[in-house]
Amino acid sequence: MTQTVNFEVNGKSVSVTPLSDDTPLLDVLRITLGLMGTRFGCGLEQCGCCTVLIDGAAEKSCAKPVYSVAGKAVVTIEGLGTKEKPHPLQQAFLDEQAGQCGYCLSGIIVSAKALLDKNPAPTRAEIAAALDGNICRCGSHNRILRAIEKAAVVMRNGGGR
Amino acid sequence: MNAPLPAMLHDNPRLDRWIAFPTRGKVTVLTGRVELGQGVLTAMAQIASDELDVSLARIGVHSGDTETTPNEGYTAGSMSIQAGGIALRQACADVRALFMAAAAKRLACDPHVLSVRDGAILRDGQPTGEDYWTLAPQVNLAVAATGAGAAKPVSAFVAIGANTPRLDLPDKVFGAPAFIHDMRLPGMRHARVVRQPSRGASIATIDEAAIKRAAKAPVTLVRNGNFLAIVGDDETAVDRAAVAALTAINWNNVEQPAASQQEAAWLLQRPMVDIKFGAPEGTDTQGKQRFEATYTRGYLAHASISPSCGLALFKDGHLTVWTHCQGVFPLRGALARTLKLAPEQITVQHVQGSGCYGHNGADDAAADAAIIAMQTPGVPVRLRWRREEEFVYEPKTSAMVVKVRALVDANGKPADWTAEIWSGTHNGRPGSGANLLAAYALPEHPADPPLNDVPESNGGGATRNAEPLYDIPQKRILQHLVAETPVRVSSLRGLGAMPNVFALECAIDELAERAGVDPVAYRLSITGDPRARAVIEKVATMAKWDPQATGGTGIGSGIGFARYKNKAAYGAVVVELEVEEEIRLRHVWAAADAGLVVNPDGAINQLEGGIIQSASWVLKEQVRFDNGVASFDWETYPVLKFSEVPEIDIQLINTRDPVPLGVGEATAGPTAAAIGNAVSHALGARIRDLPLTRERIMAALLKD
Repeated sequence: MTQTVNFEVNGKSVSVTPLSDDTPLLDVLRITLGLMGTRFGCGLEQCGCCTVLIDGAAEKSCAKPVYSVAGKAVVTIEGLGTKEKPHPLQQAFLDEQAGQCGYCLSGIIVSAKALLDKNPAPTRAEIAAALDGNICRCGSHNRILRAIEKAAVVMRNGGGR
Repeated sequence: MNAPLPAMLHDNPRLDRWIAFPTRGKVTVLTGRVELGQGVLTAMAQIASDELDVSLARIGVHSGDTETTPNEGYTAGSMSIQAGGIALRQACADVRALFMAAAAKRLACDPHVLSVRDGAILRDGQPTGEDYWTLAPQVNLAVAATGAGAAKPVSAFVAIGANTPRLDLPDKVFGAPAFIHDMRLPGMRHARVVRQPSRGASIATIDEAAIKRAAKAPVTLVRNGNFLAIVGDDETAVDRAAVAALTAINWNNVEQPAASQQEAAWLLQRPMVDIKFGAPEGTDTQGKQRFEATYTRGYLAHASISPSCGLALFKDGHLTVWTHCQGVFPLRGALARTLKLAPEQITVQHVQGSGCYGHNGADDAAADAAIIAMQTPGVPVRLRWRREEEFVYEPKTSAMVVKVRALVDANGKPADWTAEIWSGTHNGRPGSGANLLAAYALPEHPADPPLNDVPESNGGGATRNAEPLYDIPQKRILQHLVAETPVRVSSLRGLGAMPNVFALECAIDELAERAGVDPVAYRLSITGDPRARAVIEKVATMAKWDPQATGGTGIGSGIGFARYKNKAAYGAVVVELEVEEEIRLRHVWAAADAGLVVNPDGAINQLEGGIIQSASWVLKEQVRFDNGVASFDWETYPVLKFSEVPEIDIQLINTRDPVPLGVGEATAGPTAAAIGNAVSHALGARIRDLPLTRERIMAALLKD
């Protein structure tokens, strides 16, 4: 017996009735709500492709039952910025050309947002540690770290949100 | 007399297969090369921008489409620019020449007074009112290339050599539906395959009720022989059913790889085909010292970050397949043979997936989708693999044993070199036969091609880079192509180059140590090729290489060098690391000579990715067997993490040489060797088996 669950996605209230009690948040985001930016990588909370913010904390959405976010605020990569008005992290990733295939980037950018919201001036080691739950298989790690350092400076100087 | 056409243009001579002027102010570049995260579409746009004299903003790129683009085989082997880019360049030059001739005719002037600026035709530098688009109706591009167009000299390049930002990156940074996984077609149904556990396994029993109960929404089972799929409108339900099916279906005749087959040494005693290359055996051993050492590497997974995905629609007798594979034309051929269709009845279109690094599950997922679509005509099918499925069923790269034997002259230099190699094939791609996983579950499948490996003319498979580039009077390769491996094997980035360069460059270090010569100086003493010398010297300077650095302190540095395939880019890598129980990479420096570089930042990105991926292979990766593939997720197949990635500095040299050399795989082999050599330097003990695990480090320390 499934029930309706109400929560917030990228600032908008949503109300969904999932297939079952353990329907993952990721399926609701991608399938029900059509938000394709959050990627499926493993379904095992191991690779980080599906990372979203839940009440500001970076969380993996692929195995998290949608019921667990009832009443909470979810932010996905689509909620950060747009091509017209990019978030400083997104701009920094473009400036540093920080990516190869790009499949991991949504989760990495969201993880970085959670880190910078909590720690506006992280060391490179702190950034790397915060991203250890995100796998990049192409080897764009150092570009990604540089981009996040750059975004941190912009955000400290008032460019953040 | 025109120069011979580049091979890809010779094979696909029609100019309208390369360039189109679809709408006013726009140019479409058509390429058989596909985007795998390496930035190739951007590089192709840069090439066309220079050769056609149109701004990048006007250029769109369409790639990997059997209906419209050239057939360039696979996007593999670092050949996209070296072969595909060169062909596009000449095609553009020919197109430009046709337009100049048409303009000269219309303007009644000598073509030599004409030029092009952003698509507009100028006469003596002044506007003429004509441009590519006003002339396009009069210019027939459905003609064969002649090579009559003069490609520009390097000095005239503007876009080529610039760090143009990647055209595809914004969609990925903003979370747009950039990947095949994000495609949605009207009326589309989702599917998962219940994988045949091994070739020859047959379905014994199916508890269909249990599968449907687990789904919690309607799903149907689609079966053809021992190919079984679950299809439904709700992807979550289909996924649940697929997981339930793992235990709800029993199979007969299952064969699984055993733990005893896991290590490369298992290959030594198998049925094999022996192939010899190079100098005859029997060099005079008088006055020469013998050196022999054996190096091994286990099976590796591509471990793409996205599980493979394919879409297919069979409608009105025509099959359309969307895939992230590396070769749409070879896949079309394999699908035609498997499904008993004519190639003309099949369209294959590339859509981006995650990085593949070779032949991963992409072709197989496309075949899965196609087989289901054939049984559900008119219904678009989206098939996605599960993570475990990707790890277990993707083709692996073969384990390899490389035995190096050398005769060393009185000066301590190698006079005779033998690389003896045991490996499965590196050529398991669709292309002949089927080589599509699901084909073997069908009641009939095309005959397998005879045992073969990638030919030497394409750089070889298991033999790739086995021959040292160094000045050694006698060099030979003895290849043992092992007929059957415990798991399906095929192409992974660089094929045999990584284990071969690891072996030969570690052996060179061992010879340098015997000779009492610094490894950099030793390499230079046996290297006449000036471009090889230049990258070795460059990287030594970058790393502030210290010939006097003491070994055995727990901190070490090492060098590795190779010219990829002995005919593509030159790469030299220095690694500095520390070893306690585990290895921690501190810093990596690399110098590469890839000749003409279209996008230097893109090339550096590829070289850097090659370094990190190789470091991951060497430090962490091996596919484990334990009555099945026991590496089935990111915990059982760990890869390098952010906190384990070293600082990396890369420099390109000789970037304005007229000839581009494939760059994407130039650092992987040298990095593996540099790590091996640095570990030996740090420990004062040599480890010759990959990966360099904690157990192997402890064993090496205890042995000494």
